[in-house]
Amino acid sequence: MILTVFLISFAVFYIITLPPGDFLTTYIGRLTAAGESVDPVMIENLRAQYGLDKPFVVQYWMWISNILLHGNFGYSFSLSMPVTTIIKAYIGPTMALSLVTMLFTYLISIPVGIYSAVHQYSVGDYAFTTIGFLGQAIPNFLLAILLMFLSFKLTGDTMLGLFSPGMQNAPWSWAKVLDLLKHCIIPVIVIGMNGTCGLIRTMRSQMLDELSKNYVMTGKAKGMKAKAIRYKYCVRAAINPIASSIGWSLVGIFTGTTITAIVLNLPSMGTIMYTALLDQDMYLAGSWLFLMAIVTVIGTFISDILLAWLDPRARKEYLKG
Amino acid sequence: MITVEKLKKNSAKTPADEAKKSDKYYYASQWSLMLRKFRKHKLAMVSTYILLFFYIIVIFGNFFAPQGTEQYDGKYVNCGPTPVHLFHEGKLVGPFVYGLKSERDPETFMNTFVEDTEQIYRLRFFTQGEAGGEYKILGLIPCNLHFFEAEEGGKVFLFGTDNMGRDLFSRVILGGQISLFIPVVGMLLTLVLGLFMGSLAGYFGGWIDTVIQRMVEVVRSFPQVPLWMALSAAIPKTMKPAQIFMLMTVILSLVSWPDLSRVVRSKFISVKKEDYIMAARISGAPAHKVVIRHMIPSFTSYIIVNMTMSIPSLIIGETTLSFLGLGLRSPATSWGVLLQETNALETIMFYGWKLIPMIFVFVTVLAFNFMGDGLRDAADPYK
Repeated sequence: MILTVFLISFAVFYIITLPPGDFLTTYIGRLTAAGESVDPVMIENLRAQYGLDKPFVVQYWMWISNILLHGNFGYSFSLSMPVTTIIKAYIGPTMALSLVTMLFTYLISIPVGIYSAVHQYSVGDYAFTTIGFLGQAIPNFLLAILLMFLSFKLTGDTMLGLFSPGMQNAPWSWAKVLDLLKHCIIPVIVIGMNGTCGLIRTMRSQMLDELSKNYVMTGKAKGMKAKAIRYKYCVRAAINPIASSIGWSLVGIFTGTTITAIVLNLPSMGTIMYTALLDQDMYLAGSWLFLMAIVTVIGTFISDILLAWLDPRARKEYLKG
Repeated sequence: MITVEKLKKNSAKTPADEAKKSDKYYYASQWSLMLRKFRKHKLAMVSTYILLFFYIIVIFGNFFAPQGTEQYDGKYVNCGPTPVHLFHEGKLVGPFVYGLKSERDPETFMNTFVEDTEQIYRLRFFTQGEAGGEYKILGLIPCNLHFFEAEEGGKVFLFGTDNMGRDLFSRVILGGQISLFIPVVGMLLTLVLGLFMGSLAGYFGGWIDTVIQRMVEVVRSFPQVPLWMALSAAIPKTMKPAQIFMLMTVILSLVSWPDLSRVVRSKFISVKKEDYIMAARISGAPAHKVVIRHMIPSFTSYIIVNMTMSIPSLIIGETTLSFLGLGLRSPATSWGVLLQETNALETIMFYGWKLIPMIFVFVTVLAFNFMGDGLRDAADPYK
């Protein structure tokens, strides 16, 4: 895991240095375009501080040691403040949105998957399968535009941002919380759609597998109630692959949050990363990319532990080596 | 299909025919069995025809599109779709469009176009259109034949126009040239990368496998679209569209090879233990020959399925990047570039027809998904 993180950081730093010219040339270009004079001494200082005249490996070392030892992710030239400050300001809403979406994803997909499997080939099953297919086929940003369009047609409000214009600076009150929740509906649907549809299909096929196994027959023969077999044994076994894919589902959610935030103009890291990329402000964009990848790695690690905790077979195999 | 129908009819007659039919089934090659099974998947067949239709239209795009990429008409900015009529005051005239009158909305002061039912412009087909300009068929043969055009003075905008007065119908077709071919080229690159890495890892195992698996893990840890965004942000903005096109395919495949390589690797590991591989090795076949002649053919069908399934995500990738302004840029067109305009609020409120390219993205992605589904069912015809 540590090796993976190391490789990831290396890849990220490579991406940061990808655009032609270093970021100081961009910075100087920006200053001269704004009509300001460029202080050569300051530029030299910056160049030395970031080691831009040194070879790639040394630059990488300076970058990563700054992060590890001082929590310093570098400097954002488009916003003129340290990257760390920006991340601190936006990571809260971003993570909150991601977590809410994840919860929503699991709360919907697991029951629906079970229902579809138990009532295989029923009207409900067909309906959910169709929705699942459509939901996986439609790109995130199109869904966002479409929902924006629908909400405008139906309510006359496009639901951009996290608050209505009048509510932005109002003190916290029930009305404001309600307003926030109302504005969360579209993002959560958009971000969760892909993941939910995928999970419904996995859950359904897993459940179908379990339901056709011999122990179900044994249970029935012993006179157990169908419901007891279903929820006590089948669901428990069927949920394993879902638990073990939590880490990967984070990847999908991050992708979703980024795109959705840009289209719906949400105050989250996605929007920040997007503007940073348009300006080739690579330290800011790269840091966020790095953080997302790290969170994913941690997520996979957690889901491994979760799997071992849920499934005795996985635990046994692990202990065996 | 005809032969199969015939066999079905005859099969009821004599036992000899019955035997012939089953012979035919058992002697049929793997590929013809797959084809037979694929044809049974209705949705997949329909999707295949839709995709074929799209690709043919797009390949001869300049013929079907009434306007070229660089043409515009400043007089007709943000004009809604012009319906094609057949009847004028109850009489059959053949396909025609009415003239367009510009009107100002008394409330919002917005310019809108309304049909002027006094003027009739017939549609003419296979015209030597001047409006569409010259082009080259497949980039080789110069030609200026166009599929349809309105009579002198008339304007036909099937899907309306954009904010520069460009015909959206033409732009959808010409944009399709990029949106439908970037994924194919990207997929081919992905195939080469994925096959190479996957077979190295699966065939040799050991430390090579460990290194490649680590690389796969690293790439897969990044969320796909943000990684694409970061990579394509590094494309210099001054590049020519053709160069951007190539770079984008490289970027798309750099991010999407790990999935294919995992499939290839696991197939390799399971096939490696088969007797016929052992036989080939013992008889002294070199590694590359064992891999190319004996191992890869045994799971070609799985690779094809996997490739088809990976195309939708490449289409989504290209459209998303271009939509965000990180991929292709105007004057180059792709469906993503066309959708850029929909990101403005007033577009959604007043110019709903600009969402039309969205339908094409959606249909294409869905069709590829269904086709992949059909192929997956067909890939194992002995089930």
